[in-house]
Amino acid sequence: MNFRKYLVLAGVTVFAAAGDSMLSHGMKQTGSISLNHLQGVIFAVLNPWVAIGILLLLAFFATYMTALSWADLTYVLPATSLGYVLLALVARFLLHEHVSPLRWLGIALITGGVGFIAGGPALTEHPHTAKAQDAPSAIAVGQAPLVAKNARNGAPSGVES
Amino acid sequence: MKGIYTWSAIFAIVFASVVGDVLLARAMKQVGDVGALWRRIGFVAVIGRTLGNPYFLFGVTAMAVAFFSLLFALSWGDVSLVAPAAASLTFIGNAVAAKIFLHERVDRRRWIAAGLVAAGVALLAG
Repeated sequence: MNFRKYLVLAGVTVFAAAGDSMLSHGMKQTGSISLNHLQGVIFAVLNPWVAIGILLLLAFFATYMTALSWADLTYVLPATSLGYVLLALVARFLLHEHVSPLRWLGIALITGGVGFIAGGPALTEHPHTAKAQDAPSAIAVGQAPLVAKNARNGAPSGVES
Repeated sequence: MKGIYTWSAIFAIVFASVVGDVLLARAMKQVGDVGALWRRIGFVAVIGRTLGNPYFLFGVTAMAVAFFSLLFALSWGDVSLVAPAAASLTFIGNAVAAKIFLHERVDRRRWIAAGLVAAGVALLAG
């Protein structure tokens, strides 16, 4: 895990939270859509909040897929659940909504869960993938010093020739 | 009677989104590290490789099913029940499914994390 990967996880979190809130804000402006009047969906997309929300959710999906390409599902999901906390904090401090004690408890539980996951490895090392990708290191751990010695011995001759 | 409809729809959401998440996770593991691939074969090739992966297409389909199940659930039940119930059960379902189908090492640390987040989400949205 390097800085860029943490940035991707932060992207998943923020894009999901921001996209959902923009979408819900926009949908409240356009009013409810019924299955009998599906053309309402088209008008909903024309609402700028809804359009920005959809763009943000596309960004969420791209970062989510990127994160899943190098981390376990059981790592990415809890790690990005801070988005729920983010939404509650935005509701409390930007929108000045009331956040009940039960919700603060929920925030504490989620934060605790994320803390639990953050200390562990991001990706399960599978025996078969390890064999396929780094076969030499998996099989010949004992031979590694030998390889290193050969490389050392080989280096001077390479320089000379 | 309406409760049965709502809970069936909630379980449909959970089932479809767990299936979707597992398929998408497997697809992206097959595609490989997107950051490294981007530098090696370029952005368009990465997109093409992702969209061409059958697991990815099935995963997106499952996610679409989950979305429409959500619409049905919301038409039968309150959003204050449906959203937290579906979200928190999905966290637990994903931990189980990732262990069984993706062979991820879901150790005690990850079980506790999934449980805490599921409980927290239920409280937060409830």
